[in-house]
Amino acid sequence: MLVEIRFHGRGGQGAVTAANLLVDAAIHEGKYGQAFPHFGAERRGAPVVAFARISDKPIQIHSQIENPDIIVVLDSRLFELTDVLSGLKPGGVVVVNSKGKPPIDGDFKVYCVDATKIALDLGLVVSGWPVVNTTMLGALSKATGVVGLESIIWAITNNFKGKLGELNSEAARRAFEETKPCS
Amino acid sequence: MPIMGLTGNYAVAHAVRLARVQVVAAYPITPQTTIVEKISEMVEKGEMNARVIRVESEHSALAAVFGAASGGARAFTATASHGLLYMYEVTWWAAGARVPLVMAVVTRAIGPPWNIHVDHQDIMTLRDTGWIVSMAQENQEVLDLTIQAFRISEDPRVYLPMVVGLDGFILSHTRAPVDVPEQEVVDEFLPPRRQPYVISPETNLVMGNIAPDDIHFLMRYSMSEAMEAAKKVIEEVDREWAKLTGRRYGGLVECYKCEDADYIAITTGSWSGDAKKAADMLREEGYNYGVLRLRFIRPWPTEKIAMAVEGKKGVIVFDRAVSMGATGPIFADVAHTLYGSNISLMGVIAGLAGVDMKARDFAEAMRMFSSRVEEEGRVYEPRFWLLPRRYRGRPERVKEVAKRWS
Repeated sequence: MLVEIRFHGRGGQGAVTAANLLVDAAIHEGKYGQAFPHFGAERRGAPVVAFARISDKPIQIHSQIENPDIIVVLDSRLFELTDVLSGLKPGGVVVVNSKGKPPIDGDFKVYCVDATKIALDLGLVVSGWPVVNTTMLGALSKATGVVGLESIIWAITNNFKGKLGELNSEAARRAFEETKPCS
Repeated sequence: MPIMGLTGNYAVAHAVRLARVQVVAAYPITPQTTIVEKISEMVEKGEMNARVIRVESEHSALAAVFGAASGGARAFTATASHGLLYMYEVTWWAAGARVPLVMAVVTRAIGPPWNIHVDHQDIMTLRDTGWIVSMAQENQEVLDLTIQAFRISEDPRVYLPMVVGLDGFILSHTRAPVDVPEQEVVDEFLPPRRQPYVISPETNLVMGNIAPDDIHFLMRYSMSEAMEAAKKVIEEVDREWAKLTGRRYGGLVECYKCEDADYIAITTGSWSGDAKKAADMLREEGYNYGVLRLRFIRPWPTEKIAMAVEGKKGVIVFDRAVSMGATGPIFADVAHTLYGSNISLMGVIAGLAGVDMKARDFAEAMRMFSSRVEEEGRVYEPRFWLLPRRYRGRPERVKEVAKRWS
């Protein structure tokens, strides 16, 4: 089955890397994947999107993702700035980095995790910014099961060596435990 | 090596490493830049034993690798769009001098207006130069084609440079699974470099001199013959690569569900995957489509195309480029290939400047074509513009926008 995912973040939060790691995790499970950025310039702090397709069969299509099955939101304030839920399929899943209930109406399954707190607790901070991408991958795994947590950790440690890999793995693991339907 | 997640550009870089390329020169241009960045990184880390020459332009980049290749080195460059246009003069030198050489072109629109997104306008300018021109659909094929390119280019029956086309961003910046072969596999596949002559300080050889007109004429003839010979070499190489890796693509073309098809859609590059999905959709509606994907634009797969479309009701060609004042470039070649046949034929120009093409967009054009054939009989429509979705069926709006920009 083909699953299409869109990540929303701000430049510097690691949305593009999240999509890449997700595809590595899928490959590790013997699945197929595509990860691609929005094709244009990206700036630090500005809203960015990244995309991923995961499937148990080779993926032939290369067009843009219009109606994702899953949306991952790295910064809940983006709801005020962009149409985060644009095109999401009915019954689709939203995974949000949020302490409280995000402003979402409609036939969607919505999951929350305080990824910023997890990232800050673990010192995952670059230039004063909490980097929540790996945390949100743990949350995505819990909410959807699109790839397993162990595969995500494999992808993280394969891309980030040493202490950095350990901390990011811990972030994913904690998010996996703490992700719940928003309330 | 296990299957890795690689962008198309990194797949090129790994192929260049595995081909034991000795000299690389390139000038940065989006969306090519990360190929040469990755190669430089590999050289710096000692994973690759090559000399990277820094140059001030694409014209110099190709001139440098042309020089290195003439001197006996396996050499590589990469570019895109305006960069390819800037090196255009040298592309003719490399091919005319019969120097084996490999280049990656990450396809991108040509400005103005400035645009970094995919179309095939840039790579199509190489059609007349004497370069072998190939196009990939997937990142795995990008890697495989790049390795094969050295073997094809350096085959004594060929001795022509070869370009590997990969679609900008759609492949170049998309991470997807790629099986990266072991060095021993590539070493077994790729013999030591062969070339028609080598320039050295001891060689008495004049380059670029004036030749008598009839000799010049015969050299063009011999290039044309080498292109014909390349067809056989490409098929051989495809079979041999399959023996070593299990991956076989079909040589000059890949045919998807062609055998029982009534209609054939002809495509090249990454959007072929979306066209195949469209073919599946139309089969459910009762239009039996197959997709003939051109893996090579030069040499032109005349025989393969003629064979694939024989007895079909119609052929629809999707071009991601246009020859102004004529048709899409692939359409033009398909039309001469079908000379004398009564088959219905339509040329569609679509997806320019990276405008997204989904299976449903392909299906829209294919459905329209087939229903016309079934109602009207023979259809011949050489240039149909499949406009961006929001302009379709709105001629006043199109006129208004066109007026503003002319």
